[in-house]
Amino acid sequence: MIRFLIRRIAQAILVLWLSSVAVFLLFFVGPGPTQVARTFAGRLATAARIAQIKHELHLDEPLPVQYGHWLWNLLQGNLGYDYYNGQSVDSVVGQAIPATVSLVIGAAILWLLYGVITGIVSAVRPRTFLDRGFTTSALFFYSVPTFVLGLSLIWLLAYKLSPVTQFFPFHGYEAITANPGKWFEFLILPWLTLALVQAASYTRLTRTSMLEVLNEDYVRTARSKGMSERRVILVHALRSALTPIVTLFGLDVGTLLGGAIITEKLFGITGLGWTIVNAINIQDLPVIMGIAVLAAVFVVVANLIVDITYAFLDPRVRLS
Amino acid sequence: MSMTPPDIEGDDARFAGNLTTIEPEKQPAAARIIRGRSPWQLAFERLRKDRTAKIAAGTIAVIILLALFAPVIAAALGHGPNQQFVDTGENAFGDPVGPNPTFWLGTDSSGRDLLIRTLYGARVSLVVGVLATLISVAMGVLFGLVAGYLGGIWDAIIARLVDVVLSIPFLIIAISIAYISHPGFWLVVFVVGVLSFTYPARIVRGQVISVKEKEFVEAARALGAGPIRIMFIDILPNIIATVIVYGSLLIPLAIVSEASLSFLGVGIPPPTADWGQMISDASNYYQYGYWWYLLFPSLALLITTLAFNILGDSVRDALDPRGAGIYE
Repeated sequence: MIRFLIRRIAQAILVLWLSSVAVFLLFFVGPGPTQVARTFAGRLATAARIAQIKHELHLDEPLPVQYGHWLWNLLQGNLGYDYYNGQSVDSVVGQAIPATVSLVIGAAILWLLYGVITGIVSAVRPRTFLDRGFTTSALFFYSVPTFVLGLSLIWLLAYKLSPVTQFFPFHGYEAITANPGKWFEFLILPWLTLALVQAASYTRLTRTSMLEVLNEDYVRTARSKGMSERRVILVHALRSALTPIVTLFGLDVGTLLGGAIITEKLFGITGLGWTIVNAINIQDLPVIMGIAVLAAVFVVVANLIVDITYAFLDPRVRLS
Repeated sequence: MSMTPPDIEGDDARFAGNLTTIEPEKQPAAARIIRGRSPWQLAFERLRKDRTAKIAAGTIAVIILLALFAPVIAAALGHGPNQQFVDTGENAFGDPVGPNPTFWLGTDSSGRDLLIRTLYGARVSLVVGVLATLISVAMGVLFGLVAGYLGGIWDAIIARLVDVVLSIPFLIIAISIAYISHPGFWLVVFVVGVLSFTYPARIVRGQVISVKEKEFVEAARALGAGPIRIMFIDILPNIIATVIVYGSLLIPLAIVSEASLSFLGVGIPPPTADWGQMISDASNYYQYGYWWYLLFPSLALLITTLAFNILGDSVRDALDPRGAGIYE
């Protein structure tokens, strides 16, 4: 177990390091030093300011040294300085994280519950009316682009039904600490949009996985022992059917924590996704790089957690 | 169709579940002609019985035709894709006009014909979808062959490369690259294609690992064939069909990726007609009563991705009927 842990953590660190090299090459080396300094400084910087930034960022030194300085800062949790807004990237990112976390966690609860429940019902009653309904709607939501669904929901719930559903604000974000009621209201539509799009994969995966497991010998054994159907499905079958779902869930949550870009932009939620789109529009390079690195950390850590959880649950994983 | 053997089954009802192909004991003796059929013929037979798949394939054919003939339709109506109709295409306030006999689907915020632009948008979506998929499949084949056949250190290197590409969310890399190097058609094709090679690479790697233990590979090696020859001449032809089928499942993903980039303003640059960009522009107008502006490009995008996904699902099920796909 210890050996597995060490190997897996070393692997995660390697991937993170490679990602940092990729981000560095993409942003620092691609455009060339003066251009980088200019982008860092923002559009209105003077030549003296650019020279100063060039020196501060060690852009006048050889590439490996530049990378070394940048990585050293990263390791200390310092994502850099945002010259455009005159504050550290850490604080820009820090302000954005709560919004993204609120959006992703709320939506994750919804899509996991809905996806797994509809998947189970579909698998237990295949080819019934309910199954057809769930699988067809899953295929629909799997195909519909997030921004099309989001705009449709805004149109339907916020505009067309506004006399009935007056409580639907749909653009903006309020911190939960400032006003929990407003926080909830602002997030209803974004949660619904993100959850519906995501849930489709979960319905499909749960159904496939459950159908496979329900054919296993041990499920037949459990039934033949006279176990109630409810117990067979919810305890024996679901447990092993959940494995691929947990993997997907870990990956999805990790990826979305780096910014649910389209949903955030659509509903004006000032999270990481909104911030990076905004940063790209104003060429605010430090923020773009900071969020890209942070997103990689979220994904790699989420993967690591999923793998380690498996290793605890299933001894076969440790050996492979 | 000529490649498929004569239809000996006749009775459609038995094939509703499309799980079985031949049940000889139920056939009258005279009709019992048993032929060997390859898995591909079986799959094609199953697909031919699948009504949903046929509707999806028909829809895709119509979309392709409409995209091909967009210039013809534009010429017939006398409306160019980027032509602005300041007098007839905009109301007194310079805003879009609704569907009418001149502009069948109405106009957009610049007084351009929405029908023609939606048709031209299909060209961009389809071409980007197919080209990006070709790039990702080509890369996937290369990396998958090397990882699967050579294994060891090569496999580990490629696995880490895949990890790195997957570690930074697609849209973040894509919008960053698109912004750094100025958005454009080829950049979008390249970015969407390169960043989605991980899925075909995984499929190819798996296939290669199962094929490379076969006798003919051993025979080739015994004859002195080098690894490159074995990978590309001996193994690749055996897996290429599977690769093409699974690769085609990437087309709708590529179409949505392109539309998302254009929606975020870093995809296909204006004035080229593009669905994502049209929807993005429409999102500032539809709430004031210009519903057609949002509706038609959205519908076009939705129908296209839906048709490709339905067909993809059916093809997958036809190839692997025991796999519990959606349409059993």
